[in-house]
Amino acid sequence: MAQAYEIDEKKTPTSKTITLRIARFNPEHDSDTTFMDFSVNVEKWTTVLEAILDVKQHFDHSVAVRYSCRQATCGSCGMVINGKPRLACFTKVSELNSDTVTVEPMHNFPIIRDLAVRFDRLFNTHHKVKPYLIRDDSEITSNTTKELLQSPEELEQFIQFSNCIKCGLCNSACPTMATDSSFVGPQALAQAYRYVADSRDKGKDTRLKIIDESHGIWRCHFAGSCSQVCPKGVDPAMGIQFLRGYMLGFRS
Amino acid sequence: MRESHIMKIHYATALAAVGLVAVHILMRLTQGFAESLEYENVVANYQFLPYAGLLEIILILLSIHGFNGLRVILLELKQGRVYEKAVSYGCLAGMIALIAYGSRTIFMVNMGMM
Repeated sequence: MAQAYEIDEKKTPTSKTITLRIARFNPEHDSDTTFMDFSVNVEKWTTVLEAILDVKQHFDHSVAVRYSCRQATCGSCGMVINGKPRLACFTKVSELNSDTVTVEPMHNFPIIRDLAVRFDRLFNTHHKVKPYLIRDDSEITSNTTKELLQSPEELEQFIQFSNCIKCGLCNSACPTMATDSSFVGPQALAQAYRYVADSRDKGKDTRLKIIDESHGIWRCHFAGSCSQVCPKGVDPAMGIQFLRGYMLGFRS
Repeated sequence: MRESHIMKIHYATALAAVGLVAVHILMRLTQGFAESLEYENVVANYQFLPYAGLLEIILILLSIHGFNGLRVILLELKQGRVYEKAVSYGCLAGMIALIAYGSRTIFMVNMGMM
């Protein structure tokens, strides 16, 4: 059941009133998600996160939302906004072209409360693919000033995948993640490619072995939704295809 | 067997089946559809060894590809150690049973049992 609340603030000449629908769910008490409607004034530069914080400030401080940097760097404020996974701090209300903005928690993540979700699975799968350079210890520890040089071409192979902020939007958009609870997920696979393609790394075989299992890379159906929703321009679907290339012998 | 090996087989059987089914369809086009399904013609096809061999290979390729596809779908549908083992071995058994049943028809015709 939706409840409606209206803000009693003076509107500026450039502001606009929209309805912000916030999904409310507390697994300890609720059996189902309900939506609460709030009328909030927004400017053309107002982000969805700012609108949510406005609601917290003026109407209901109990709305649970995770956020930190407000500049699309920390990856904390991922949520489903008008049906699409996005970062709330990176999405302006004006760009949604709608008088109603619906915010829900990310799909494929267990809900802690309202818009806050658990990241355990994402961090576990991320950790599983060994997201660090694997090298012979002696190469690094014997000479701490040693530089691992790369050419611009070598850097080009993986640099976009280094932009991942672990916001989880790709995992939220992935249709396989929705049905396969053991699937590694596009985030971890993209990170596996990031290190496999790094010329300084020597752990290619180890990583390929990790993702070459029944719930690994082969369960990706190349829907491409992960790449569509990434706020940092990372293309996990492409990384996954490149990884498959290694496994099928098209790349070395 | 590693998943990458299974998927290589999956892709290879799909590609090979496309080619061989095309040959099979072309051979069927040498006759009218109703005529092609007449008992004597079907038996004659099975007795013509190169064509019977082609059919046997198509049967094997499609069984491997189809049952592995089914395994993948079922693995994505539900997870669990026992369930996954049951699905994998069940699909393998189904594949072997289908190949055995299809091959049986060809062997019976060639041994004069039909």
